[in-house]
Amino acid sequence: MHKLLRQIAKVGLRTETAPPADDSLRQISGRLNEEVLRLLGRALAIRHVDAGSCNGCELEIHALGNPYYNLEGLGIRFVASPRHADLLMVTGPVSRHMEEALRRTYEAMPEPKLVLAIGDCGCSGGIFGETYASCGRVANVLPVDVAVPGCPPPPAAIMQGILTAVQAPGQGFIK
Amino acid sequence: MTPELPGIRLERLAGAVPAWRAAVDAPGWLRACQAVAARGGRLAALWASQAADTAAGTCVRALLVLQEGLICLELRVAAAEPGYPDLSEVFACAGRMQRGVYDLCGVRALSARGEPADPRPWLRHGAWPREVFPLRREVPAASRWTEQPDEYEFVAVEGDGVHEIPVGPVHAGTIEPGHFRFSVVGERVLRLEQRLGYKHKGIEKRFEQMPLADAYRLAGRVSGDSTVAYAWAYAMALESICATQPSARALYVRALLLERERIANHLGDLGHLGNDGGLAFGLAQFSRLKEDFVRLNARLFGHRYLMDRVIPGGVCVDVEPAAIAALLDEADRLEREIDALRAIYDDHPGLQDRFMACGRLAPETAASLGVVGLAARASGLAVDARAHPGHAPYLELQPALASEPGGDVAARVAIRFEELFESLRLSRRILRHLPSGQLCVPLAAAPDGAFGVGWVEGWRGEVLVALEAGAQGAVRRCHPHDPSWQNWPALEVAILGNIVPDFPLINKSFNLSYAGQDL
Repeated sequence: MHKLLRQIAKVGLRTETAPPADDSLRQISGRLNEEVLRLLGRALAIRHVDAGSCNGCELEIHALGNPYYNLEGLGIRFVASPRHADLLMVTGPVSRHMEEALRRTYEAMPEPKLVLAIGDCGCSGGIFGETYASCGRVANVLPVDVAVPGCPPPPAAIMQGILTAVQAPGQGFIK
Repeated sequence: MTPELPGIRLERLAGAVPAWRAAVDAPGWLRACQAVAARGGRLAALWASQAADTAAGTCVRALLVLQEGLICLELRVAAAEPGYPDLSEVFACAGRMQRGVYDLCGVRALSARGEPADPRPWLRHGAWPREVFPLRREVPAASRWTEQPDEYEFVAVEGDGVHEIPVGPVHAGTIEPGHFRFSVVGERVLRLEQRLGYKHKGIEKRFEQMPLADAYRLAGRVSGDSTVAYAWAYAMALESICATQPSARALYVRALLLERERIANHLGDLGHLGNDGGLAFGLAQFSRLKEDFVRLNARLFGHRYLMDRVIPGGVCVDVEPAAIAALLDEADRLEREIDALRAIYDDHPGLQDRFMACGRLAPETAASLGVVGLAARASGLAVDARAHPGHAPYLELQPALASEPGGDVAARVAIRFEELFESLRLSRRILRHLPSGQLCVPLAAAPDGAFGVGWVEGWRGEVLVALEAGAQGAVRRCHPHDPSWQNWPALEVAILGNIVPDFPLINKSFNLSYAGQDL
């Protein structure tokens, strides 16, 4: 036990400052009113669905939990059930085999809700495009509020996308 | 040394790995596989390609591994023929691959009685009709069919008190999608049946729309966590086709990047394994080390996960003298940190209690399932493409094979620790002996119809790419093969008799790719 405690003390706090919101990532504006966004921004619950990614974006979503980004420190956490979620984070082009599961996850979420598309594939279909087995970008299946490009987008960019989604256009992040 | 197979004439394939091809007839197909199995060989991959002209039928290929290298069997199935001999009796792992081949190409594996060996679909759910085979040449890539009824029959376990727990495709965390059907009594698992294919997005069809020179980017996105392994395997296959030899420097840099991919993934897994074993401290510590590590990747090589750094003909990044110093420094620091964390893991009774005897895969089971990669080495099997048969630059680097006989979660944790130290050793050796040479050499033209294979030991296991050139530098057919094809069925066995709450831990200890096998 002493080794463990010593290690914790030695490493110390590593958390870095969160990036500001970025209006250029916005796809749809004003789906939710300012008051709702202000409340969500203080304790946001995210349900992530991988709708067909290469699993690269998942590496960066996992990284959001590491001590440098410490997403939970901002009151933002990932939840297991869509019933508990305010924001649906989607990675990948939407494979046709995941299309229904993705829609059903979205429908299972209570209103008000937001959708965040992650990665070049989520934004445009990426290198996989639209084929007999791929619906392409997330917006082809669900309304997308904010989309974060990148292959994969680094954790700070994903964080920025989340913070943009829970903030009214043209304002700094309220915390 | 050319392997001997009864009645089979082997033709050497050019390229970095020792590989041969042989055209066989149906009896020869089965005979060669039986001979390879009898010699302790295994099946690495099985796929089919349609001839340029549909009427000419389909070529089914099996890639076999012997101590000497790879053997690619090629069996022509004419359009009028019903199918090809089933291999699942010889190699258990052939079953799912054969079902996938039927879903995409429409040729069946047939039992000795001439019936379909297993008529269940594997990659086809509801996206296309059962009578359509999307990899056939006449089917346009952009075809779209209305949603088809998707009825899949799971094996039902009957008995007093047996109930089913269906899980997925959407899982409870940030995990790839797939369906697991548990049959349990109380908490004990009697049977696990996996159903995968949810991520199928038509990668193999997509390859055929790309030029040979560009498709390495798609290969690097078959399973993003293994992007270096895939890009290298693709480059190796294309270089074999073009008879182009990358410089010694490029090969050393590739090996450095591949070992860095192994280190990054092992660090991540060790953190998650600690977390799933109830020690959140482990995740915080290892995820910090991984973040430091991938940040250095970004600084020195321009990408956190090294995507698109390995390109056909070589690499697109160099290792400058300043970078060598930074990397050597990082290796020393990381080794000390991992050492300290290993001592904490090893001394933690709660964690060891979760790890030991959990999710055991016995060596003989692993061998009979054809398990590969770190899971195989954790069940005492000496399987590692870097060492057997090896290829440049690993023949010079002499990687030491990690091995644990236990086959449980503890063994798969221990293998990761050992491989971290070994990869750091290899990295240092690469950095200190970096040869000179061009980073990338131009590729010669690819002859129409030429065929090549690439075989690279990724962090999870062996990654194979089989490539066929088309006219004017196009991809005629590319089959990327993930080690997860072989290892997913092993998870179904490893969970037996364990309790449901241990599944996440056991699953994580294999950490298999859904994207890589769904294609």
